[in-house]
Amino acid sequence: MRAFSYTRADTPQAAAQAAEATGTKFIAGGTNLLDLMKLDIEQPSRLVDVSRLNLRDVTDTPDGGLHVGALVTNTDLANHPRVKADYAVLTRAIVAGASGQIRNKATTGGNLLQRARCPYFYDTNLPCNKRDPGTGCAALRGLSRTLAVIGTSDACIAQHPSDMAVALRVLDATVSTLKPDGTARTLTLDEFYRLPEDTPHLETTLEPGELITGVTLPPPVGGTHLYRKVRDRASYAFALVSVAAIVDGDRVRVAFGGVAPRPWRVPDAEDAYAQAKADGRADALIDRAFEGARPTEENAFKVPLLRRTLKAVLAQAGQEAQA
Amino acid sequence: MKFEQASPPNPIDQERVVTRPFTRIEGPLKVSGQAPYAYEYGLPEAPTYGFVLGAGIAHGRVTRIDTTQAEAAPGVLLVLTHENMPAQARSDTPVPQQREASPQLSGPEIRHYHQAVAFVVAETFEQARAAANLIEVEYEVTPGQFTLADTVDSGKEPKDAVDSVVGDFESAFADAAATVDLTFTTPDQSQAPMEPHATIAQWDGDQLTVHTAHQVVHWVRRGLALTLNVPQKDVRVVAAFIGGGFGTKLLFFSDAVLSAAAARLLGRPVKTTLHRPLIFNNTSHRAATIQRVRLGADPDGTLHAVGHDTWTGNLPGGDSEPACEQTKYLYGGEHRQIRTRQSELDLPPGASMRAPGEAVGMLALEGAMDELAEKLGLDPVELRLRNDVQFDPEKGPKRPFSSRRLAAALRTGAKAFGWDDRPRAPRERQDGEWYVGYGVASAFRTNLVMPSGATVRLNPGGTLTVETQMTDIGTGSYTVLAQVAAEMLGLDLNQVEVKLGDSDFPQASGSGGSWGANSSSAGVYAACDELRRDLAQKAGYQSANAVFRGGKVWQGAECTELSELAGKGGVEATARMTYGDLTEQFMQAGFGAHFVEVGVNAHTGEVRVRRALSVVAAGRILNPVTARSQCLGGMTMGIGSALMEALHVDHDLGLFVNHDLGEYHVPVHADIPDLDVLFLDELDDQSSPLRAKGVGELGISGVGAAVANAVYNASGVRVRDFPITLDKILAGWDD
Repeated sequence: MRAFSYTRADTPQAAAQAAEATGTKFIAGGTNLLDLMKLDIEQPSRLVDVSRLNLRDVTDTPDGGLHVGALVTNTDLANHPRVKADYAVLTRAIVAGASGQIRNKATTGGNLLQRARCPYFYDTNLPCNKRDPGTGCAALRGLSRTLAVIGTSDACIAQHPSDMAVALRVLDATVSTLKPDGTARTLTLDEFYRLPEDTPHLETTLEPGELITGVTLPPPVGGTHLYRKVRDRASYAFALVSVAAIVDGDRVRVAFGGVAPRPWRVPDAEDAYAQAKADGRADALIDRAFEGARPTEENAFKVPLLRRTLKAVLAQAGQEAQA
Repeated sequence: MKFEQASPPNPIDQERVVTRPFTRIEGPLKVSGQAPYAYEYGLPEAPTYGFVLGAGIAHGRVTRIDTTQAEAAPGVLLVLTHENMPAQARSDTPVPQQREASPQLSGPEIRHYHQAVAFVVAETFEQARAAANLIEVEYEVTPGQFTLADTVDSGKEPKDAVDSVVGDFESAFADAAATVDLTFTTPDQSQAPMEPHATIAQWDGDQLTVHTAHQVVHWVRRGLALTLNVPQKDVRVVAAFIGGGFGTKLLFFSDAVLSAAAARLLGRPVKTTLHRPLIFNNTSHRAATIQRVRLGADPDGTLHAVGHDTWTGNLPGGDSEPACEQTKYLYGGEHRQIRTRQSELDLPPGASMRAPGEAVGMLALEGAMDELAEKLGLDPVELRLRNDVQFDPEKGPKRPFSSRRLAAALRTGAKAFGWDDRPRAPRERQDGEWYVGYGVASAFRTNLVMPSGATVRLNPGGTLTVETQMTDIGTGSYTVLAQVAAEMLGLDLNQVEVKLGDSDFPQASGSGGSWGANSSSAGVYAACDELRRDLAQKAGYQSANAVFRGGKVWQGAECTELSELAGKGGVEATARMTYGDLTEQFMQAGFGAHFVEVGVNAHTGEVRVRRALSVVAAGRILNPVTARSQCLGGMTMGIGSALMEALHVDHDLGLFVNHDLGEYHVPVHADIPDLDVLFLDELDDQSSPLRAKGVGELGISGVGAAVANAVYNASGVRVRDFPITLDKILAGWDD
């Protein structure tokens, strides 16, 4: 860990202004950033501690949705009565991730910003365009079993590791931000996350100093909420694939995790599902959602696994709807 | 004392304390944080902190190393590289050793990834780590060989695993009515003990004291002394509490050598722990294997041809992974061919890990037995029973097993587990989304004994102190040795104090290869035997007639209090147990049987173990609580080995890429269901006066095969390329 300066911000705006300078990072729960600093992967010269800001409330919005402050912990969010009642896919996704201890510290904003888990990103000796632009991507020829199959580029095939964000994507959540100049923005997750293209070190569209202040969930859409995470061990592992689904009769909303540089959702695919015959719906959705997928030899299994997992989720939704 | 003939009756047979289910006597110290591990000893002066920088390439040389910035960084006291490392002994292998010289920073050559290239010592750990990141290293990379599969033709017969051929295997195999010819692969694996490798080194003049995490105190003492060119008598090693070893702490690494060298230069204590991401490539691992098993049998299952070939690799001078070992002994058959071929690889050093050989060899042999049973239409338990043999199958009846209850273990386990209720065909049974399958495998592990000594001292007041270099790597040595001493002297457990892991104490077996409990207990037995004679004599009794019970020594109705005999100065005896040729006369091994039920998710191919039972016959079980824990740990590791544990080699860059516990998967709690262990009654008269055999590694040896066989029974997919991950199941289904 390199030496850094540390300041605490009193207001979101002061935080944004304090973080505008190059080399500055926000820190809240620290569950990812501190690990990366110890490994010399992140080398901030300055940390702005936002953990004491008044961004820890969950409030109803006028239209019946929910606003979640950026500092609400993963544990609190998962256990919030309205989340459990109206946005159960979010609760299910959050508790599928990390461990109780980490969820107690990790925040909503921080979870969105957690960085790639690609093993090459995690070793400063190895080529990695995300960590060290221009050095190349060793994963393309190396260990890629867990990495992304779509939305990737020749520069980077890392997947986004968050479970929470997959549920937020299926819920059409938006991210609220505040810039150093005091202007606020609202971004969909597809606007918030960048695909790697040739700049995989840039993971979001956040501007220097721009602070996530919260996440807004639209009014509840009903349906059966499911999150299915498939992984190599029963707990404490990132998803090989995950499926966040809201099933309501012939309509589904589905987002996928573990397979792309951001939570992967293709609205057209949901239409294809609705239009397909009953026994071909899952395949129609996967075919459309993963059109153009370019898996490696090692992770090619993910596409058939997605198909199987979606079918399992739909079967489960049928059972839960009956019950 | 030399153990060279079958043990006559002895005081242990009373089983008044030994065999009783005592929980660990050091447990309260551990749970209250008062048991110091290597890195945690208090020091009379502020320590300095070392940090090892690992090489960023796998094969080549350092062409330039610039430490200027690091040396100028805050708090930095010393930066060692190959350019300023003090003189050390040389070694003709890049593989760190158990008890031979193992130099570090000995030259610019890089033999494996994360080999130490620099060592920074600073006032704080954080300063040392930060400074290490400022060191600039330039390398010249030379091509290396990182792919075992590409070297199978260049493998040579290793010295530690010579060919073992009996009869005419090829003809017998060709003529057999039923055969299987199967190839299995097992990946590189990391011991990954919870406690990282760690050392505190301090010098007082020419005297070096090393607190280090090591399984065998006298080995690291000798190895360090040789490395540093100092007399062994000037080196004291303390390893009183160790947080798991699993074989890697049979060797000593950069933390020990570099801390000792730096502490001497600085005149201050240096403490170093290897940080987790370094451990996987800097220290040792279990080498990958390719194994071919060929079995030829009669229609009734009687084996006539037993063939096992293993290909494995290591750095030059490194040991082999002896995956064929169990195949020499487990089943009968008159034509046998066991061969290992070892090639040179430029991966990190391979060395002992959790039942070296058997843990991965049993995956192949017991998988092949399952496939043979299926081919023959036989119950896999029955096939094993039909090939049970009471003598070393290579040497014949002239070398019987000292004890062998394989058949009893299989039968007992089958009944207890409900084996008759097993699904008879794959995908026959489903529970919700899950296909359910049962699997069985034998358990086998060669029993090893090692010379071991101890001092026992009857203290004024009548309590007893045991001192021995023996280590407790989490296995229960403290408790078991206290039980043995209490039994021998007729005391209660709480009257015995055990002190371990100090080279000032008598040399002991240390912990490894499941030899620890039996061997070190025999050392304590020998010392107690001598003390009993001294005390009987002091009491004026004939030692042969003396009985030690209730804190007294008795002859007939007469008795004398031990506290009286202890007097003001106490009475002390030191002895050492050595062994004759009983391990030659008798093949000694532990046996057992593993039964496993798994679920395979019909959608996703995920495998989850639902329950498992291990039946273990390992001689006298000295303490059923600690022995059971050993078996549960072994079973857990076996399940991990079958389903998830794998170091992934980057074949271009030559390293194990998943070098942290986030990506190197071992089972978590949620992966491990109810496990059960049954111990069979057994006394092995040929192994030691304790009549015990090694226990711990029996837990791992075979259980992974039972998992794999259960996965087949559930899913219909045979995965012979370990670990069995869901993608391999899906590939089987989608074919």
